[in-house]
Amino acid sequence: MNPVFDWHALAPDIILAATIVVALVACFVLPDRNAGQVSRIAAIGVLVAMIPVVTLALDGEDRSMFGGAYEVDNYALALKAFFLVAAYVTILLSIDYIEEGDYYKGEFYFLLLTSVFGMSIMVSGRDLITLFVALETISIPTFILAAYRKHDRLSNEAGVKYYIIGVLSSALMLYGMSLIFGYAGSTQLSEINAFITAEGAKPLLSIAILLSLVGFAFKVSAVPFHFWAPDTYQGAPTPVTAFLSVSSKAGGFVALLNIIFFGFYGIDGAGAELWWPIVWVLAAASMTLGNLAALRQTNIVRMLAYSSVAQGGFMLVPFAAAGIAGSEGNTEVADNAFAAVVVYLLVYGAMNLGAFAVVIAVARRTRSAEISTYEGLFQTSPGLAVTMTIFLASLAGVPPLAGWFAKFVMFSSALQVGNAWATALAVIAAVNSVIAFFYYARPIRAMWFSDPAESTERSVIRIPPALGGAIAITAVTTVVVGIYPQLFARVGELVFPQLVARVAEFAF
Amino acid sequence: MEWSEWALTLAVFLPAVGAVIVMLIPRAQEELIKWVTLLTTVATLGIVLAILFDFDYDRTHDLQFAINNDWIDVINSRYHLGVDGISLPLLALSAFITLLCVIYSWNHFPEPHNPKAFLALMLILEVGMNGTFVAQDLILFFVFFEIVLLPMFFMIGVWGGPNRQYASIKFFLFTLFGSAIMLLGFLALYFQVDAPGGSTFDMVRLTEAAGAGMTHNVQLLVFGALFLGFAIKVPMFPFHTWLPDAHTEAPTVGSVLLAAILLKLGTYGFIRIAMPILPDAAKSWAPWIGLLAVIGIIYGALGCLAQTDMKRLIAFSSVAHMGFVMLAIASLTDAGFNAAVFGMVAHGLITGMLFFLAGSVQHNFDTRELSRLGGLLTQAPKMGWILGFCAMASLGLPGLAGFWGEFPALFSVFDPGMGMSEAVFRTFMVIGAVGTVLAAGYLLWMLQKVAFGTPKPEFAHAHIHDVNAFEWTAWLPILLLIVALGIYPNMLFRVTDGAATNIINGMSQAIGG
Repeated sequence: MNPVFDWHALAPDIILAATIVVALVACFVLPDRNAGQVSRIAAIGVLVAMIPVVTLALDGEDRSMFGGAYEVDNYALALKAFFLVAAYVTILLSIDYIEEGDYYKGEFYFLLLTSVFGMSIMVSGRDLITLFVALETISIPTFILAAYRKHDRLSNEAGVKYYIIGVLSSALMLYGMSLIFGYAGSTQLSEINAFITAEGAKPLLSIAILLSLVGFAFKVSAVPFHFWAPDTYQGAPTPVTAFLSVSSKAGGFVALLNIIFFGFYGIDGAGAELWWPIVWVLAAASMTLGNLAALRQTNIVRMLAYSSVAQGGFMLVPFAAAGIAGSEGNTEVADNAFAAVVVYLLVYGAMNLGAFAVVIAVARRTRSAEISTYEGLFQTSPGLAVTMTIFLASLAGVPPLAGWFAKFVMFSSALQVGNAWATALAVIAAVNSVIAFFYYARPIRAMWFSDPAESTERSVIRIPPALGGAIAITAVTTVVVGIYPQLFARVGELVFPQLVARVAEFAF
Repeated sequence: MEWSEWALTLAVFLPAVGAVIVMLIPRAQEELIKWVTLLTTVATLGIVLAILFDFDYDRTHDLQFAINNDWIDVINSRYHLGVDGISLPLLALSAFITLLCVIYSWNHFPEPHNPKAFLALMLILEVGMNGTFVAQDLILFFVFFEIVLLPMFFMIGVWGGPNRQYASIKFFLFTLFGSAIMLLGFLALYFQVDAPGGSTFDMVRLTEAAGAGMTHNVQLLVFGALFLGFAIKVPMFPFHTWLPDAHTEAPTVGSVLLAAILLKLGTYGFIRIAMPILPDAAKSWAPWIGLLAVIGIIYGALGCLAQTDMKRLIAFSSVAHMGFVMLAIASLTDAGFNAAVFGMVAHGLITGMLFFLAGSVQHNFDTRELSRLGGLLTQAPKMGWILGFCAMASLGLPGLAGFWGEFPALFSVFDPGMGMSEAVFRTFMVIGAVGTVLAAGYLLWMLQKVAFGTPKPEFAHAHIHDVNAFEWTAWLPILLLIVALGIYPNMLFRVTDGAATNIINGMSQAIGG
């Protein structure tokens, strides 16, 4: 049987691929001093790729290809749109940074887009092999990007560390996947799902699941597999760090969503008892240890790195909740948990990219990411100080900024279970969101409560238009979604009601 | 659209519009910024007054000016606002005090000056305060409840005293902790209560359900979560430790708003949410709440006597006064709830006024050390007399507003509701009564230290200015209200009574049935 190609459904990926090729050719053709123009090609390509995403969303039909290994449904479209917008904002962040530094200018965007291409495949992948290939396509360009400051030892360390950890996690994951394949006799998630439903828990299966979850835990830097993150984040060029902490991390979470909810979450929650304890521990440890480590940081990038570990822990809470409920045969929670993760990812993307955008803007003047360099920012650049405050307060979950809604849906999925384990996790999350405010407040306090150091230049920090655009997009999103969360919640709503129906359909 | 549907939305969000306009004006145009803020707060108070005027006082137990629109469908949270006899006085208090704070600040901006940021924050604060008192949806309530945190954090942290960094973060972390746990409680209510028509965050419907479908133990636990959130905000002993620090370091206006309005968010939460939605647990918790309340009364009073700083003393007196309010709430009677709301308003006016005075004293003498102050009556007689008046009002002198907060509170505890132990509550009453004596002690002591005697040598020839025009404008309305409420307390009781009785009836029905 010939595979059916649905060109409309594949259009976003094809446009991205074409843009990558054009960008690569442009790197060769353009003279060095104009290599920065590749950023325009990349930005336009990303925006054009949005067009079919929108038309597909308007069409509203779920499209399935390659025997169900590649799906384009509302969930996939929502996250494709997220990755494209995040990529666009990352390009805006990078333009001046890359232009002013001593870098290969054109190739940067080629690598960035390749990684985004992997993300776009990832959200549609419903097959272990597709997921694995997508994950590698996401990761490999970022290994290079992390080491992009080639004369900087920290950046080299960042790249090497990230690379070694990445390869290790891939190996673990692949081994786990091969065991699963050996059991289920298929790489397709729907058939794995049917197998788990039919066979229930088997000891070796739980090892297989453990191994593949550990692989993903590295990718999303969940404690205790997080230790590469701070060094890599600090050493990598800041726009790359923003990309790693948002897009790349989200890619890992999407993979987790796919593999857990489409693969390991059987009918009536069968098999959930195999993996929820793992996820529970990962979530609790990531929140707590990520936060405690963040408390001690004096460098804002490292602080944001640990904070992203903790935020990853918050995002794992709904997984655990769905698993706990599933093991009790309650599948209602799964829908909400799924939506909660998606909403959390969208919100987290906006606020974290925004925070990094401000970090980049401030570093243009100070050439430093020490929190002490933020002292008196409110007096010298009140605009930047206010937007940074918005992002940090949103990360801390203070209403009426978007972060509160992300936290809310997370809490909501945990308490919906109504069981002691899930409630305990919610309480841990609540305590952690208080601890988190303490370190998010440090830059805020430096900006507002302190006077600028004597040596500091008093003029307003000049922000180039691209960077300003990135800050504006993320700040407006953070505020508007916070006041009217329905905007993102609607995305979650589109995503989740199909899930249970879908799982059932797969099985038979 | 009907005016009655728009009124509350305007009253809540007009300050937000003002804040945005203020933020758009360049920092240098201070006069314009001040006028825009003044105009916004006057207009907001105007709307609130119109609501007061249009309010149907024959059915104070009903939610009036209600609006119930879609907000976040996905989580079933709705934009539901409304006022009844309990919300109304507090909404009015909030709009009223904010305006007076703007007037008081006019030429009084603390270092580092920057009226633009100060006033924008004050307006955002007003959004949160007004919103909390009218929200009828738990999530909406939560959002408004939290909105006040950041502006107050900045007010203390930027414009506060020497120890401001510590005080501001302590304030924030305490309240954030409480509200995070409180949010978990709200979610538990959503998922566990069998409300008619399905799970809901709607306070009215949850009140009707009165905890149906929850076992007693779960109710106790969820009440505990709500208790933590509200008790930290009040603050009740032993969660009060953030309050003296926050008050001492906050700028004058910050202290006034904190005392007059922010503390009431907690007590209001008890009356509006915790008690009526979980009546069964409320009954089990009430004696313990009463116990903490009386400990707070005595501890606050003793704390006052140990202070050397005028502002800190007033802060501890807040702990004691809020103890009376909480004691009244713990009685679970309509008289108690009436007394509590009266106590909230009276404390808001009187303690707010005391903080204004402390601010002006500091402005004049550059210190609040009680040992260095003295002879205010000779140097600034008007201010001295006002201080005396407020001290009398605060200690509960009959004929002034403070009396009607304290006396009915003790009175209500004599005969607690819902069949709770009389012996226990009468013991509380006696201890509370001792507290009123102590209150007289510390307030008179403060008055004596600050106002009586002769000025200390270091200030003997200092130029001390008496109450100026801005201060008169800001203070006179408060002083008049203190007298008016004292002479004719029914002005307020007749507004709150219907609503309080309604809540108590609902609770006793739920417990009885």
